[in-house]
Amino acid sequence: MASLVVFVLIAAACLAAPVIAPYRFDAIDLRAMSQAPSLHHLMGTDGLGRDLFTRVLYGGRLSILIGLLSAALATGAGTLVGAVAGYYGGFVDSVLMRLTDVAYAIPSLPLLIVLASFTQADATSIAVIIGLLSWMGTARVVRAEVLSLRTTAFVEAARALGASTRRIIGRHILPNAVGPIVVGATLAVGNAIIAESSLSFLGLGVQAPVPTWGNLLQDATSTMATYPWLTIFPGLAILVVVLAVNFLGDGLQDALDPTARSS
Amino acid sequence: MRHVAPFRATSYPVTAYIGRRLLQMIPMMLGISLVLFAIIQATPGGPEAALLGTGRAVDPQALAAYRHRMGVDEPVPVQYVRWLTAALSGDLGESFSTGRPVSRMILERLPATLELMGAAFLIAVLAALALGIFSAVRQYSAFDFLGTGFSFLGIAMPVFWFALILQLVFGVWLRWLPISGRETVGVATLADHLKHLILPASVLSLRYIAGWSRYLRSSLLGALRADYVRTARAKGLPERTVVGVHAVRNALIPVVSVMALNLADLFSGAVITETVFAWPGIGRMFVTAMYARDYNVLMGILLMGSLMVLVFNLVADVVYGILDPRIRYG
Repeated sequence: MASLVVFVLIAAACLAAPVIAPYRFDAIDLRAMSQAPSLHHLMGTDGLGRDLFTRVLYGGRLSILIGLLSAALATGAGTLVGAVAGYYGGFVDSVLMRLTDVAYAIPSLPLLIVLASFTQADATSIAVIIGLLSWMGTARVVRAEVLSLRTTAFVEAARALGASTRRIIGRHILPNAVGPIVVGATLAVGNAIIAESSLSFLGLGVQAPVPTWGNLLQDATSTMATYPWLTIFPGLAILVVVLAVNFLGDGLQDALDPTARSS
Repeated sequence: MRHVAPFRATSYPVTAYIGRRLLQMIPMMLGISLVLFAIIQATPGGPEAALLGTGRAVDPQALAAYRHRMGVDEPVPVQYVRWLTAALSGDLGESFSTGRPVSRMILERLPATLELMGAAFLIAVLAALALGIFSAVRQYSAFDFLGTGFSFLGIAMPVFWFALILQLVFGVWLRWLPISGRETVGVATLADHLKHLILPASVLSLRYIAGWSRYLRSSLLGALRADYVRTARAKGLPERTVVGVHAVRNALIPVVSVMALNLADLFSGAVITETVFAWPGIGRMFVTAMYARDYNVLMGILLMGSLMVLVFNLVADVVYGILDPRIRYG
């Protein structure tokens, strides 16, 4: 639960960035270029004298937003594909699962790089691409769940009562599979944040001047040896948030699955 | 008497199984090639961009001739079929920016990438074994908690950031290790080579050490509670033998198949790692080709990467069957 608090706190701080941040994210102060962390500039300043703490706060807004958005997309798409494949079985199942296999077999990061290089780099398209490349895990898990739930007595009963297929899947099957879906979704948030930062690092993410944790890091690499704080802090931000989300997923797994041995 | 079943004389020959799986790979590869081809076709730019990228005005006739030579003026399905038949004979076309055959470019860079992946894999296996076994045997000890913390960090850390931090610490501050390239120019000794390999290989292995050690830990905890372990203890075997031979051998079965599966996405990690450390492998070539919009090269590498995934999946299944005699090759 502590992880949830940490995540919410950071997300709230980033959302409230215009209120909390001591400076404007693009305020250039040429008298305060490349300063080490101090009381005035908690995380130091970059080569244009912009306050890094402010930029990390603002960067978090997009990074976290991209994480949430693409996780939602991946979970939605994965659940849909998995549920349809598992419920209908047969030919539909084979087609969808072969498609999943194909999507799984193409190395994800290189493919992500290629796709990202096609789009104009705004937050939404980055989130969509990341989401569209990470639904396969959820699809497989959901399919397996649906396959076993499909033959249970309460589903039979619902069918006997004349419930529509959509209702059976939506109201009777999926709620029982919510555990693995939610756990998968939290892990997807962390992975998407890392994927965004990797893309930005290669210069394919959201473009400056709007900061994200990834492009802050990309800017920092060239001066890493002289101004290390520019590299350290944005990375720490990513690390803490992803860590919090993953712990959350882990906790949820134990909470939602009573059979899981907590280790 | 050992409680681990001996390697089974197969009633279903493994070779037949492998053969059938190889046949199943053909439609998969077709599907993959189709997807990749569709994606690359959707690229804005294309070969003209490579030519026009120089900023000079290009004679329309020269452009048309260029397009014709590269075969991009034909209908898309024709291009696909031609590309596919060529690819089957090992011809992946030529690079738009260098004009050299893509397959040769890949082959030149492959050793560097395999070396990096191999070293990372080795480090990851050894470290994960040590970490996983120790954590399980001393469950809830300080070491176990440290190990858990380390794994969570390892999984949550962006690969490139870890790489940057290692460069900063070992390269810039301590000056112990070189931070880029595969060898110092003019000093091609083995020691120099290894020095260059340490940082990138460690970076690439981190995530897998974290994942596998967790996996081995929980698998081993399960095995340590199994009846055959109690039997072994009851016979008075030394703890070392009980854990090392009986429990670990069985606990490794699921872990090994995960390892083989992950071997394939080591390649994704190599793209980032090679870029940060200027390692002259396929990953870095991929990023360079991406900036140049050199799509024959991108396609060739993606295709090779996918083939690698399929082969490693097959390896995972076969290894699983060898380690666990209960699995039948159906």
